[in-house]
Amino acid sequence: MIALRRMVFATGVLALCAWVLVPIYLIAIGALGGRAAVYKWPKAFLPTDASLSTLTTFLAVDGIWKSAINSVIAAVLCMVLSIALGAPAGYALARFNFRGQNAYRILILLTRAFPLAILALPLTVTFIRLGLYDRPLGVALIHTALALPFSVLISSSLFVGIPRELEEAAWVFGCSRWEAFRRIVLPLALPGIAATAIFAFVISWNDVFAASVLTVRERTLTAYLLTVLSEAPVHFRLAGGLLLIVPSVAFIFAVRRYLFAMWGIANR
Amino acid sequence: VTSAAVSAPPRSAKAPRGGARLALGAPSLPYLLIAPSLLFLAAFFAVPLVQTIALSVTDGGALSLASYRKMAGDLNFVLSVRNTFALVLAVIPAQIVIALGMAMMLQKVRIARDIVLWIWTIPLAVSDLAAGLAWLAILQDTGYLNSFLYAVGAISEQHAWLSYETQWTLFLGIAVAEIWRATAIVLVILVAGVQLIPKEYGEAAEVFGASPWYRFRRITLPLLKPSLQTALILRTVLAFEVFAVVYALGGRNFPVIVGEAFVWQHENQDYGVAAAYAVLVMAISLAATLLYLRVLRVPREQQP
Repeated sequence: MIALRRMVFATGVLALCAWVLVPIYLIAIGALGGRAAVYKWPKAFLPTDASLSTLTTFLAVDGIWKSAINSVIAAVLCMVLSIALGAPAGYALARFNFRGQNAYRILILLTRAFPLAILALPLTVTFIRLGLYDRPLGVALIHTALALPFSVLISSSLFVGIPRELEEAAWVFGCSRWEAFRRIVLPLALPGIAATAIFAFVISWNDVFAASVLTVRERTLTAYLLTVLSEAPVHFRLAGGLLLIVPSVAFIFAVRRYLFAMWGIANR
Repeated sequence: VTSAAVSAPPRSAKAPRGGARLALGAPSLPYLLIAPSLLFLAAFFAVPLVQTIALSVTDGGALSLASYRKMAGDLNFVLSVRNTFALVLAVIPAQIVIALGMAMMLQKVRIARDIVLWIWTIPLAVSDLAAGLAWLAILQDTGYLNSFLYAVGAISEQHAWLSYETQWTLFLGIAVAEIWRATAIVLVILVAGVQLIPKEYGEAAEVFGASPWYRFRRITLPLLKPSLQTALILRTVLAFEVFAVVYALGGRNFPVIVGEAFVWQHENQDYGVAAAYAVLVMAISLAATLLYLRVLRVPREQQP
């Protein structure tokens, strides 16, 4: 009886793993199989004639490289901005009691109740005027608005986790506030901050709506794929999907250790 | 729980509260630290928010509800609202149930727990566009679902699942793709919440003979309320924004609210109507958030 139960349980766990993995496997063999494989009927479920040719022809298409590079530029800028703006605020929330602290925290939480990417719509006009329209920097700015609340809350929980006594001991030994931060707190917080940065990168890399609204020629990868959706052949679309999936999955793998610690505290 | 309560360790009597801190750094320091993020959110959250509302209620500089009238009079308006709500109502409950089940299963997994957890959270990194494309590989006419059904003899020719004529299966396909992609974030929030529940509660109930189902209903579920609330707010707001999955699978065959906002902005170049759609989706998101905050209110003394 117990053995049977255990078997049912294990099957359930494996079935859920398959539920996650099978679509990724299928888009991969669909993308790597090329034109012939996409229209083949009925399809093989094993990568019999897989080749990298679709992906390489896909990458040779005008605009793909450019859009991928634009995506990377926007994502890196978003990463830098959301740490540069968010980490100091997180430190302030973690280490000080100040008037307005709760109001600030509520403001940050409030942004969650809004679909932030939608706010790219009115920014089109502003960005055209400021010369930010159709540039990766403009896209990065709205992506930073998406990532900043997370960055503040997560870095605040990181700094809470570093004992205040370490910092105070450094002051006693004559370090200035900044020196103590740089030599004691920063090294301890760095891995977590790096994880937060990667999170911001993935948020930017994956956004479709804001990037599509704010670009025309200098498209990001998601915006480019969205425009060609209706005309591109299926294998081309699948190759685009695979190209989107691989880097972000690799990044999340790199920060998997922090995922739960981040959410456990950043929630409250 | 405020951060002050969490972060302030008990201080010895010799160091008066705040004494060391005041000595190192002016009282303005925390304000200087939060100022950049505040200014940024003012510029890229508050200002566009006001602009959106202003755009939607003006017409050539004068106050007017023309954009809203135009929106409501559009053929796709009712369809898009209906479709979006149908998706949210189908997807969110399914995700909560599946993620709760997964979180409970994880507590029992003994072998390779880390690997299972990693696999289950992979979709967290997948964008909605990519998720739509992955399910396109499965559901398109010469896709893997049809190939499988053909191989087992269930169909004799290709079956169209995603066409305009098959709205029902198109809806189902979009819902499944959304459930596949976005259940991971709910799972992460719930697993983080489960970790905060003291094990002793469940053990004590077990000693008194409570069944697993009873323990889940009477102990785990109530203590998970804050996490459920977070997960529901986050997911519902994002679910009303559903757009790229729909476009990847159904193109224009399945209108949704944000998709219409995009069309009005990008193709019709009518920023007023696009803004009206944006205000609509923001109002719905805000209403949903307030509803969750009210229904799932957690009294302070019950927080774990």
